[in-house]
Amino acid sequence: MLHFIIILALAAAFAAIPAFFPWLAFVFTLVLAKGFAALGVAILLRAGLISIGHALFYAVGAYTVGFLSSRAGVNLLIPQLVAAAVVSGLFGLVIGLFMVRYRGIFFAMLNLAVSMVGYTLLSKLYTLTGGTDGLSIATPRVLGMTVGREAFEAILLYGGLGLAFVVGIVVHRYLKSPMGEALPAVESNEIRLEYLGIAVPRVLLFAYVGSAVLAGIGGAIHALIVGHITPDLAYWTTSGQLVLVAVLGGIGGVAGPFIGATFLESVRAAAVIYAPDAWNIIIGAGLLVVIFFLPRGLHGLIERITRKGERP
Amino acid sequence: MDFLLPMLVDGLAASALIFFIAVGLTLVFSVLRVLNVAHGSFYAVGAYVAVTIGGVVMSAGAPQWLSFPILFLSAALTAALLGPVIERTFIRFTYGKPEAVQILVTFALFLIFEDLQKLVFGVQAYYQDAAVNVLGISDIGGIIYLNYQLLLIALAAAVVVALRVMLHHTRLGKMIVAVVADPEVSATLGIDTRRVYMAAFTIGVFLAALGGALASPNSGVAPGLGAEAIVLGFAVAAIGGLGQIEGAALAAVIVGIARVLAIYYVPQLEPVAPYLVMLAVLLVRPYGLFGAATQRKI
Amino acid sequence: MSAPLLSVRGVRVAFGGVKAADGVDLDVNAGEFLAIIGPNGSGKTTFINLATGYVKPQAGTIRLEGRDITSARPRDVTKLGIARAFQIPQLFTEHTVLENLMLAVAANQGFWRWQSPLGSPAVREAAMDLLTTVGLADMVGASSNALNEGARKLTDIALALALKPRLLLLDEPTAGVSTDEKFPLMDRLAAVLRERGVTAVFVEHDMDLVRRYADRVVVWNQGRVVADGAPDAVLTDPAVLRDVVGVL
Ligand SMILES: Nc1ncnc2c1ncn2[C@@H]1O[C@H](COP(=O)(O)OP(=O)(O)O)[C@@H](O)[C@H]1O
Ligand SMILES: [Mg+2]
Repeated sequence: MLHFIIILALAAAFAAIPAFFPWLAFVFTLVLAKGFAALGVAILLRAGLISIGHALFYAVGAYTVGFLSSRAGVNLLIPQLVAAAVVSGLFGLVIGLFMVRYRGIFFAMLNLAVSMVGYTLLSKLYTLTGGTDGLSIATPRVLGMTVGREAFEAILLYGGLGLAFVVGIVVHRYLKSPMGEALPAVESNEIRLEYLGIAVPRVLLFAYVGSAVLAGIGGAIHALIVGHITPDLAYWTTSGQLVLVAVLGGIGGVAGPFIGATFLESVRAAAVIYAPDAWNIIIGAGLLVVIFFLPRGLHGLIERITRKGERP
Repeated sequence: MDFLLPMLVDGLAASALIFFIAVGLTLVFSVLRVLNVAHGSFYAVGAYVAVTIGGVVMSAGAPQWLSFPILFLSAALTAALLGPVIERTFIRFTYGKPEAVQILVTFALFLIFEDLQKLVFGVQAYYQDAAVNVLGISDIGGIIYLNYQLLLIALAAAVVVALRVMLHHTRLGKMIVAVVADPEVSATLGIDTRRVYMAAFTIGVFLAALGGALASPNSGVAPGLGAEAIVLGFAVAAIGGLGQIEGAALAAVIVGIARVLAIYYVPQLEPVAPYLVMLAVLLVRPYGLFGAATQRKI
Repeated sequence: MSAPLLSVRGVRVAFGGVKAADGVDLDVNAGEFLAIIGPNGSGKTTFINLATGYVKPQAGTIRLEGRDITSARPRDVTKLGIARAFQIPQLFTEHTVLENLMLAVAANQGFWRWQSPLGSPAVREAAMDLLTTVGLADMVGASSNALNEGARKLTDIALALALKPRLLLLDEPTAGVSTDEKFPLMDRLAAVLRERGVTAVFVEHDMDLVRRYADRVVVWNQGRVVADGAPDAVLTDPAVLRDVVGVL
């Protein structure tokens, strides 16, 4: 209970701050985008699987929106989001059928390899993707209404926050379900799971598709708020950020990746000014610090507080 | 068909460079049981060091042939400076840890290296092709070959032989083989496993750096080299079977041929040919051509 | 006589040069308690691995009620009604004892749900019953990697029981269990198995337990069945006493 109250308080702060500092609205919307994607990465991390290629699904979501907006003329927010989720889910299904056979380093590197193929294709398939120039995304209509840019950005921020809440609850329930609880069991003892008659590849495929959908939603929000997308979204540095956000936030609860994203995007806002060339160093050093000193991430801090609160 | 042979030499020469990465990756993995995601960064650093030193020495008016030993010197320098330090400060903390931790730590290293290169060497591309020019060309049966490319292929083959000899006929090699077989027993037999780990890691760094140094005269250096290097290196190591030196050599040849075939039949697919080979091989043999499944004892 | 429940014919498997199964022929009949004895390294665990599809035989066939399961995977075999407990307990170390059991119970009844909690009241209750059966009722909340070896063995056995198998393969169920707990444990286990009509095979080193609980004893040596029969007959056979029991 205390846990939920803390999360609510954080969410309220998250909603209130941009009202006082309007320039943060953009940053916070990006936080949501990265948070969704990192939540997908975190689901796989619970099974001990590290994807260093999930930026591919982020890019698929973004390019679905970009394609609909600039090539197909579908400038409607909800259909764009739904399409991004569906298309990235389909990519996740096809790629996942292959990936769920692998563990550990093979899983990590194969995801990296596939994302690099994806990055190359996004750069080369000019007619479809605009090549390295990328695609521009017009402000879409919302529920049939034409809205101004400022109103749209507010809708995206607060609608995104609402979506994050709903999705967070759905993912939380998933993680507590038999299929979700099986994820850490895959890491700790896959053989025993098989000996319980459970098809581990199916457990993982479901998680993989889910994580791709989440990354796709994140990518779609990214495309909509930034208004322009390039193949860099699929580059391994983006994947690295998503892994860092997930590990930094902590995989103990669904709020973790969003907390991690808030932290990282805030650091980035500062880094752009003070250390633009050292962004990857910051990410890498951050990863090392978290792994060695904060294994449960920032979310682990909340866990510690609530545990103290509940056990006298 | 006379263009096929030069294309093949071209493909195999490119593969030879990847082989240098893959063989170090595989060697380090078999000894340390850590797959180093930052391994490709040593390839990139080796290339940068080579063009930098080469640039300084050549512009000082040194004889052209000197550009060649400089490549080896650069790789040795990179290995000596980075190998022991990286192993002692980061890699050793991951020994025996879950694979997830190993991946995260070495991936973090990779990210750090990526920016360090930009900070030290800048973001512009460098070229230093004296070594290619000094070796000249051969005319074999009316077909022109770059001697440098033939040399790359020969060097890769020499590395396979040298590693075999080193592992089976030198003191250090025998210690490495013992540690690969069983680290605990080796330690009780009085083998200083710490030194073996450091040595094996440094050899791996040297091989990757050598690959990068040897690549630089032909293709230059630019940011982003490390990422492609590690993924291609991993692809070749995985096709051959992780930990299999001869497997990596065979895999490099296959990837080279696959690239040539791709250029010949579907040129657009050339950049992704190595990955397609990897996916195909791993679908049929999840542990690679020479790798075997290790079953957990239950 | 009715057809055997499990029928193994001419099964061979070698690891390197070690013949872990060297032409094994064995029938397990429905309803019996079959004890397997034999020296370490004689292939007892390998037999269980073969019967459950973890190790694939290089020759021979394995049938369950006449159905060929030679190339089935562990999860297929499990679904057909064979469960096993392991010599080295195989637990979910990131979960509590109760959660371990709930996963096993859920595996058997509605696992593929993603929006309802693992610990539904029915699942929780079934898991608690199983833990009571093996005598771990006061360990429910413990993290499974904090248990002592005996409790780990018991949890492992409970996981197998949760699957409601027709055939249960127990690999040294009492190893690691304290001496004065062995007989009570086997008493409870035997009662549950008889009540449910489960056929059981158990690898055992303690001859007192074998005499007390086995209907039939099979003796293993160097990957082969070297004796097979009633406990009284087999355990008094001079050759068995010399080659096998003597070296246990
Ligand atoms: N997966 C395996 N890989 C290699 N050797 C194995 C494997 N499983 C069993 N063995 C070998 O097979 C022989 C029989 O082992 P096992 O079936 O465990 O014997 P037991 O259970 O009777 O002690 C032993 O020599 C063991 O080392
Ligand atoms: Mg055994």
